Amino acid sequence: MIVEKTDTAFIHRQGAHCESGATSSLLSHYGLNASEPLVFGIGAGIFFGYFPIIKVYGSPFITYRNTPGRILKSTAKRLNVRFETFRFKDPERAMDALDGVIDKGIPVGLQAGIYWLPYMPDAMRFHFNAHSLIVYGREGNDYLISDTVLNEPVVCSRKDLMKARFAKGLLAPKGKMYYLSDVPEKVDFPRAIKNGIKEACRMMIKTPVPLIGVRGIRMFAKALRQWPEKYGKRKALLHLSHAIRMQEEIGTGGGGFRLMYAAFLNEAGHIMGNERLLELSKRMTAIGDQWREFALYGARICKNRSTDGDNFDRLGDIILDCAAKEHQLYKDLWEIVR
Amino acid sequence: MEKKDVPQDQGILGHVRVICYATDKNGEYVKSQSAGWEPTNIANGIAWEFINEELAGILEKVKKKKLSPLAYHMNKNLMDVKLLSQYTGLGAWRVKRHLKPRAFNKLDDEALQRYASVFNVTVEQLKEVS
Repeated sequence: MIVEKTDTAFIHRQGAHCESGATSSLLSHYGLNASEPLVFGIGAGIFFGYFPIIKVYGSPFITYRNTPGRILKSTAKRLNVRFETFRFKDPERAMDALDGVIDKGIPVGLQAGIYWLPYMPDAMRFHFNAHSLIVYGREGNDYLISDTVLNEPVVCSRKDLMKARFAKGLLAPKGKMYYLSDVPEKVDFPRAIKNGIKEACRMMIKTPVPLIGVRGIRMFAKALRQWPEKYGKRKALLHLSHAIRMQEEIGTGGGGFRLMYAAFLNEAGHIMGNERLLELSKRMTAIGDQWREFALYGARICKNRSTDGDNFDRLGDIILDCAAKEHQLYKDLWEIVR
Repeated sequence: MEKKDVPQDQGILGHVRVICYATDKNGEYVKSQSAGWEPTNIANGIAWEFINEELAGILEKVKKKKLSPLAYHMNKNLMDVKLLSQYTGLGAWRVKRHLKPRAFNKLDDEALQRYASVFNVTVEQLKEVS
């Protein structure tokens, strides 16, 4: 179906994560029902990256998902969906272009800086620029927004939305907007799933870069043990709380996306009638739960302000064990899809 | 995580409910709403504690006229010199200079307005700290 104009009312569908949720929502709007976990898996969202050189609020940059924009791109490629992307220099023109598309009834995806979105809970408003949201209409200067991490649609003023679209700093959105332009009626899910899993396995266990994938997890575990000694108590606790936030705060679905990936493997197992995928889903659930154990134990250390003894070593051990289990899991996955 | 174990620890999310992926009795995955989780609340609290501590230190310095009100507003908006320079289009060295009371007091209305609009405040509010 080539999208030129739609009359279908847009339905807000909540997801765990902004990008996979928005992508799933947009596809469903055009009748292609793909759940959020399915999109996350086909788009190979699962990832790990530890980049100590990049600092976020003074703490090392840790990510549990791949580059922003990649889930949409990979999903679209594998499902033969076409989408148009635009970036702008001039904020006013960017807003006018947005108006032009939503006035035709076409929902538009935006990249935005969370800091400038007044509807976000205050405690979440940091300068994070890779947030995805959907604009599905407007009433004068009030934009109707479906932010998939929230349980209900919200409204945002033109002024605030414009500021969010032109947030500056790391991953600046530069007014990025996109909409789906061609959505097929039938897609080959098994094939898309296989290719999505392949891409995930390549990133997790077949990359030569030591900072990403399972090697990145091991690197992170090793570095973390040395934080109290290297940075002192105060900074070590700040870094630890940062790692916990990246893993659990808004948008990961729990356990640094591992539980969402387990949900994907479960759904993929049913679609493909593959028992082994169902079994791997259970293993991934256990891995996600173990990541949550790390968060639980780490938060206790933060609360008690105690970097003494073997606290950080024990945290490192939990993560190393996660790394070993994930390594085996991706190896087994690779055997299924290759 | 099983559905019955999905945490409901009110905290940083306010009235918002987020999605957690959890399994039901048959081991199938279901979307479950969560009001929050204590470890995340604690970790988020630490981040703000650090920010507020730093801000309190800067406020002291502004009151002693060692730093300009701009330093306060910059930190309150979680920015550093580099980020503020990108938002204003002013060179980083100029922004840095404006953190000193003497340079800040000499700023003309246009420059003040430029800073004020980044922080969504009026020029009068920019000159104040609280």
